[in-house]
Order: sequence, then C-alpha cells, then structure tokens
Amino acid sequence: MADLSKKDALVQYAAQIGDNGLIIGHRMSEWCFRAPTIEMEMALMNSALDLIGQARELYSYAATAQGEGKTEDDFAYLRDEQDFRNALLTEVPNGDWGDTIVRLFLMSVYNKLFFSALADSKDAELAAIGAKSLKEVTYHLRFSSEWMIRLGDGTSESHNRVQKSVDNLWVYTGELFTMTDAENLLLKDGISVDVAALKADWNQNIAQVFEQATLTVPADGWAQLGGKADGVHTEHFGYIIADMQYMQRRYPGCEW
Amino acid sequence: MTEEKEWPLWEVFIRSKAGLDHKHCGSVHASDAEMAMESARDVYTRRSEGISIWVVPSNAITASKPEDKESLFEPADDKIYRHPTFYDIPQGAGKM
Repeated sequence: MADLSKKDALVQYAAQIGDNGLIIGHRMSEWCFRAPTIEMEMALMNSALDLIGQARELYSYAATAQGEGKTEDDFAYLRDEQDFRNALLTEVPNGDWGDTIVRLFLMSVYNKLFFSALADSKDAELAAIGAKSLKEVTYHLRFSSEWMIRLGDGTSESHNRVQKSVDNLWVYTGELFTMTDAENLLLKDGISVDVAALKADWNQNIAQVFEQATLTVPADGWAQLGGKADGVHTEHFGYIIADMQYMQRRYPGCEW
Repeated sequence: MTEEKEWPLWEVFIRSKAGLDHKHCGSVHASDAEMAMESARDVYTRRSEGISIWVVPSNAITASKPEDKESLFEPADDKIYRHPTFYDIPQGAGKM
C-alpha cells in the first residue's frame, strides 16, 4: 500500500463510508413485512432509507473522484465481497428485535460522532454529505437510545436478552476505531476523520445510555477486525450480496 | 391486576406549517409518550408533512356519541341567521 495515491485513497474512503450505510441499511430493510408493529416497521424502513441514501451519495462521489465513468450502481451491485470495506458490525444478522436495536444503537453513536467530524472535512463534498447525514443519524441515535432504555430497563426477560445482544456484538465495535491506510493518508490533508480519536466520546455516550438502561458495558477485549481494512467478512456477507446483487447479476444493466 | 399486552393508543396531531393549527391525522400504538412521538414522526411526517407534532393518549379524549347526533347537531341546521350572511359590507371594507 506504499504507493496509494491520494485519488485512490479518496475513492476508497468515500466508498468505504458508503459501504457501512449500504450494508446496515440493507440489513434493516430485511425487517420489511417482519417488524413487530407497523410503527416499528416504518421507523426501521425510514432509517434504512436514510442509510442507503447516504451510501448513494458517497458512491456517486467515489465514482466521480475515480473518473472511470462508473456510477453508484457499479459500487453497490457490481463489486465482489472483498471489495466491500464496511465494518463487520453492519453486516451481522438481524437476530431478534434487541439484536437489531443494539446494532443500530452502537452504529448510530459512532455515526453521529463520525458525521459530525466529517462535516468539518477539508473536502467540500464529504463535508456536505457529513452535514446532511448528521441530521439523519441523530434521529437514528434518538430512536435506538429510547429502545435501549426500554429494553434494558424493561422486564427481566428484555433486560437479559438485550444484555446478551450487547455482549455478543461488542467484539465488533473495536473495528470502528481502526484506521486504514487510506484514512491515514487523507488525514494529513484534513480530509478524513481521525476515528481513533472518537473512541473516548463513543465510550462516554454509550455509558450514559447504558446507565439509564441498567445495562453493563462489556470490557474491551479482543476485537474482530477484517471488513474495514481487508474486505474479509463474516460468513454472513455472501448471502447479503447474493440477495442484493441478484437482479444486476442475472440481468446485467437492467433498469427500471 | 390484568397485564397490558397491547401498547396504548395515541392520537397524532400535526402542524403542517407555522401559523396553521395542529390537525388530527391519525393514531399510533406506543408504550409511552416519547415512543408515541417518534412513531408519529416516522409514520406521519415522512413526506415533509409537518413541523410540529402533538401526541395525546386516546383515552384522554372525551368524544361525543354518534347516537346523540340528532339532539346535539341537528337543531342548528335551520338557524341560518347564526351565519353572518345578512350584513351589507361597506364598500370601503373591500373584500372580506
């Protein structure tokens, strides 16, 4: 990676942020027709569409920066598994309602800090996407925080189950704060976000909600890495893109 | 004591823009006021319908009964003099 150009770094960076949005957005869209109530279905679909919308803007920008005539669709539908650099947290299966809420909550705390910082990027396009996305993820955080509190401080059943969800997903949180080569390179020009520096605020925000939710913050231990830096995914990822890319793979170039 | 299995119902009122009234637009089921507010936002303002939301517990609303319609409302039907349609508007007042 010694020869990573600034241009390639920018393409990778924009696409990688987009990957987080697309993959968690796709996961949330899997709740369509399956959510516990119509209100929760609407809530999840709204947020899913926010996240997929963020991915679209970031992919479009990556395509423009790349200058090879590609579009957002090439990034979403015609890349292979190892080309996706989303954090593994975004791709884990939906599980039960608590698992889905915990994943959205952990990610939304991160997203709020991240997009808030991206809004100050020296890259005007990324800054604009950051400012717009910040409003959306602020709501995702509000929604998921309220659910964390009600599940955690609800019945003993809901408390135990959501604590288990937290304990299971915690291993994927460390990856959010790792820096890729592209991020390190762009950081010198004030384009990328220093995500390692977001960890302290993230911990603090998590702890505040967990306290209200009577949940225990797990100890930071070994962190599962791979998606963000190397495109090495969990065994669940192949099924996501098989589902998501089916139409473009079966009918190349199809439009509607 | 019976355990509540269903979330209570909340009536949703949306103000579409500054200066207009909040208008009833529907209802949501939610465990409490804060969740009702969020559900109202997600269900009723996703196409930019509103700038302000009220949620009210449905059971806090006292409603007139349909069977009282004759005695409550029909007596007003033949009192057209209650409409201010019998006044001549002075020319200087312009259009009202």
